[in-house]
Amino acid sequence: MQAGMPLITKDLIAQHNLTGEEYQKIIDILGREPNLTELGMFSVMWSEHCSYKSSRVHLKKLPTTGPRVVQGPGENAGAVDIGDGLCVVFKMESHNHPSFIEPYQGAATGVGGILRDIFTMGARPIALLDSLRFGELHSPKNRHLMKGVVAGIAGYGNCMGVPTVGGEIVFNDIYSLNPLVNVFCLGLAHTDRIFRGTAAGVGNPVIYFGSKTGRDGIHGATMASDSFDDQSEQKRPTVQVGDPFTEKLLLEACLELMERDLLVGIQDMGAAGLTSSSCEMASRAGNGIELDLTVVPRREPGMTPYEIMLSESQERMLMVAKAGKEEECIEICRKWDLDVAVVGKVTADGILRVLDQGKVVAEVPAKALADDGPRYERPYQPPAYQDMLTNLNYDAIPDVKDGNAALLTLLQSPTIASKRWVYEQYDHMVRTNTTVRPGSDAAVVRIKGTKKAVAMTVDCNSRYCLLNPYEGARLAVAEAARNLVCSGAAPIGLTDCLNFGNPERPDIMWQFAMAIEGMKDACEHFRIPIVSGNVSFYNETNGLSIYPTPMLGMVGLIEDAERTMTQWFKQDGDVVIVLGSTREDLGGSEYIKVVHAREQGSPPYLSLDAEQALHGCVLSLIHDGLLQSAHDCSEGGVAVALAESCMSGSERALGAMVTLTKGRLRKDAVLFGESQSRVVISAKPIHRQAILDRASQFGVPGEVVGAVSGDRLIVSVADEGRLERVIDQPVESLRDQWAFSLERSLNQA
Amino acid sequence: MNIGVVVFPGSNCDHDCRHVFHDVLGQDVTMIWHKETSLAGLDAVILPGGFSFGDYLRTGAIARFSPVMQAVKRYAAEGGMVLGICNGFQILLEAGLLPGAMLRNKSLHFICRETYVKVENAATPFTSACRSGQVLKIPIAHADGNYYTDPVTLAGLQANAQVVFRYCTADGHVIPEACPNGSLDNIAGIRNAEGNVLGMMPHPERCAEAMLGNEDGRLVLASMVEGLKNAKRSEAVV
Repeated sequence: MQAGMPLITKDLIAQHNLTGEEYQKIIDILGREPNLTELGMFSVMWSEHCSYKSSRVHLKKLPTTGPRVVQGPGENAGAVDIGDGLCVVFKMESHNHPSFIEPYQGAATGVGGILRDIFTMGARPIALLDSLRFGELHSPKNRHLMKGVVAGIAGYGNCMGVPTVGGEIVFNDIYSLNPLVNVFCLGLAHTDRIFRGTAAGVGNPVIYFGSKTGRDGIHGATMASDSFDDQSEQKRPTVQVGDPFTEKLLLEACLELMERDLLVGIQDMGAAGLTSSSCEMASRAGNGIELDLTVVPRREPGMTPYEIMLSESQERMLMVAKAGKEEECIEICRKWDLDVAVVGKVTADGILRVLDQGKVVAEVPAKALADDGPRYERPYQPPAYQDMLTNLNYDAIPDVKDGNAALLTLLQSPTIASKRWVYEQYDHMVRTNTTVRPGSDAAVVRIKGTKKAVAMTVDCNSRYCLLNPYEGARLAVAEAARNLVCSGAAPIGLTDCLNFGNPERPDIMWQFAMAIEGMKDACEHFRIPIVSGNVSFYNETNGLSIYPTPMLGMVGLIEDAERTMTQWFKQDGDVVIVLGSTREDLGGSEYIKVVHAREQGSPPYLSLDAEQALHGCVLSLIHDGLLQSAHDCSEGGVAVALAESCMSGSERALGAMVTLTKGRLRKDAVLFGESQSRVVISAKPIHRQAILDRASQFGVPGEVVGAVSGDRLIVSVADEGRLERVIDQPVESLRDQWAFSLERSLNQA
Repeated sequence: MNIGVVVFPGSNCDHDCRHVFHDVLGQDVTMIWHKETSLAGLDAVILPGGFSFGDYLRTGAIARFSPVMQAVKRYAAEGGMVLGICNGFQILLEAGLLPGAMLRNKSLHFICRETYVKVENAATPFTSACRSGQVLKIPIAHADGNYYTDPVTLAGLQANAQVVFRYCTADGHVIPEACPNGSLDNIAGIRNAEGNVLGMMPHPERCAEAMLGNEDGRLVLASMVEGLKNAKRSEAVV
C-alpha cells in the first residue's frame, strides 16, 4: 500500500460499481488487494460499458463473418471489402447519458468518439449519420434537448469536414428522460492498410498524442479526490468537452503517420481513456505495457495516477511505433500542433505496469483488465404486461372517415415530417461525394476513383420492438435492407447500437435476448454480417425504461454509381406500381399512435423469404434501368409513401392519381397500415409490362395503382366496384405541412 | 496551369478544391502548407473552405496570421489571382485583402443548402464564362456568411462593380427573401478594386460534376482556368 492511498473499504468498492464477487475476483487475479488506482482501472474496464458483461453471451450468437468481411467485431470498428483494393470501415455508438445532461457537448463528443474509432483503423471518415430519439416537442425541455443535440452534432461534424449525410429521428415521450443519440460513421481505407489496436513487438515505444489529459470524465472520482488528494479542485462535470479543431488535426496527423511505415498499432482513448487503450492493445498482442505517467501531457498540475488513468479527456490517441521511428512520429505530431510524448514501451510479461515519479503505482495483468472481466447470464423472462401490449381490439377503433385529415396529421407528426430543419444545419456536401442527400430512403456517397457508390441507412422502429422484441429486430433488419435496396444498393454489412434499459431486470434482459435472436435470424437469412457494435444499457429513469431500441446502421454497395435510385417521382405520366402485398397491419403503426393515441397491437407480419424476393426484384429493376423512383413503405403506410414520393424531391412537387384495392381490409389499413416488404415505384409507361413480368418472375406481387399526374395527390379506394375518393390534396399544401411542421413545433413559444 | 491550394490547420475543403482542379478540370495542383512563405511558380492561389484554427475567436481571425498570408498579400499585390471560398473569403476579409466583415447568419444556425446567385459582373477573370445576369445554383455551407460593411465602402463596391455575386431567387430576383444569411445587399461574393482577388461564400467546387447533380460551379472555376490560359498566351505573344 502506497502512502496517501486510502483503505479499500466496502463503500469504496460499491462506489466503483463493483460487486463483492467481482472484488474477490480482482483479489484472486492479483493475489493481493488492489490499490485505489488499480481498483479504478478494474472498475472502468469491468463496467458494463467496456466489458459487455451482460450482453456478451448473447452477442456471440450474431453472424459476423462473410466473404467481404475484412474485420469483424473486437476492433475499433468493422471493415468490409468493396473491391478495387478498398474497404469501408464503419461503426455506430451511443452517447445517450451525456447528451441528456449536457446536450451540446454530449452529442458533440459522441461524434468525436465515433470518428476516432474510424480513423484509428486507417480509414478517412467520409460520412456520418445520426439516429436520435427525443420526447414529444410539446415539452420545452425536449425542444431544448433536441436543439442542443442537433447543434452539437453540427458543431463537431461540420468543423471536421465529414459530411452528415443522413439519419432518422423519432419522437416519443418514453424518451423524455432518456433521449438517445446514436452516431454512425463510415470511412474508406485501403484493404491492405488497415491498422489495428495491437501492442506487438517487445521494446517498441508507446507514444501518447493529441490533447492534454485533464480531469474531465472521471467516473466515480468524486470520493477519490476528496480522500486521496485534498489539493485537488472540485470535481469537474462528468460530461467531456469536445474540441473538433484538435480532432481534425488528430485525424490528419494519424493519416499522415499511417502513410509512412512507422506504426505497429494504434488505438483511440475513448471510454476508460489511457487504461483501456493500453490494456486492450497489450492484451490483443499477448504482451504487456509499461507506462510512465510523469511524462503524460496534462492540463493541470496535481493530477493523481488514478485521475490520469481514468480521465476521458477527448481527442487523445495511443500508438505503438516501430522501434527507432519515435522521432519521425513526434515530428509529424508537432507539425499538426499536437501534444506528443513517448510514455512507455511494450513488455513481454503481459503486465500493464504504471509508474509515476519512478514508483510503480499499478501493476495488473493486461488481459485480466481487457478480457477476463465478469460474464453474466442474467435471468430473463417476458414481462406480465406483454400480453396487454399486443392485445388491441380493432373493433373499438373506428375506420378512417376523413382520409385527408388523417394524412395531414401523419405528415405533420414530427416522426414523419421532413427533417430539413435538422439536416440543413449539417454540412452534408463537404468532400463532394454526396450523390443522394438527406431525405431519401438511404444516403449515397460515391467512391472517387471507382465507378462505385456506398449507400447507408440507420433504422429501428422501437415501438415494434416494444410490442415484440424478436419481430421488431427482424423488422428493423428488413427495413434497413429495403431502404438500401430502394437506392439501388446491395446490403454488405451491418453495425448495431443496442439501446436498452436495466439488464438486471429480467423483462429488459428478455427484450435484449429476443432482439438479438431476431437480428440473428434476419441477418443470417439475408447473409448480412454484423461487423461492429455497441451496447447501451441502463437507459432508465425513475424505474421507467426506454422502448427497446436496437438501432441498426446498414451499408450497401452500388457497383455502378450511375444506377443510383431516389425515392421521389420524376415525371408526369409515369406509372405508379406498388410491389408487395398489403395486409391488415395496423398494430404498432404510426397511424394508430397519432390518430388513435394507442401504442398497441402486434407489429406487422414479416416473411423473410418475401422480403428477400422483393430485394432481388427491386435491385434487378434498378440495375436494368427500368425505374424512375423507388420508395420503401414504412411509417404511415402506402399513403405516406405516395405523398413523400410526390413532394420529397428538391425540385417541383408532382401529383399522382392512385386507386388502391380494399378487398377485405379496413380502409385505414389499406391507406396507413404498415405491411412490410412493400415498395412504391414509378416508371416510364413503356416499361410497365416488363416490370410486372419481372415481379412475377421473382414471386413478388405487383399492382399498377395509378400514374404521376397533375399537382394533386388523389387516392381512391376501390371496394367491389365502388370507388371512394379518400384523399385529394394539392401536393404543394401537403409539402408545406410536411416540410415546415418540425420547425414550427420547435419554435413554439 | 499550376493552382496552389493553401492548407491551414482546420481547412476541410482543400481536398475538394484539389479534386475539382486536378481531376475535373485537368490542371496541376500544389498543396501549400500554411507555414510556407513563397508562392513562386503558381498561376493562381485558392484559400479553401473549412474551419481554419477551428474558427475559434472569429472566423479567419487566426488564419490571417499564418506565414503564408504574407506571401498571399504579396502575390495579390503583384496581380496574382486569388480565390477565397467560404472560410477562404472570411480569411481574405480578416487579412484586409477584401473590405468588410462577416457576421453570424441571421438565423444563428449553420446553413447547408442550395442557393441561387446572380452574376452581377461577368467581366471578371472568375466569371468570364458566365453571362451578365446569369443565375447559378451553388450551395452554401456556413454559420458566418452574413456580409457586412459600412455604407461608404458598400457604395464603393457597388460603384466599382466589385459585387460579383448576389443571392437571388431561382428566376433571378435579388430580394431579401432570397438571401439565406442576412447578407448586406444580398452579397454572396465580392472582388477587390484591381479585380484579381475574389471572395465568395457559395462553394463552386461542390457543383462542378454531373454526378453531383449540378455543374453550375464549374463555370466559375473554368473561367479562372481559361483566363489564366489566355493571359499566358498573350504573354507568349508579347
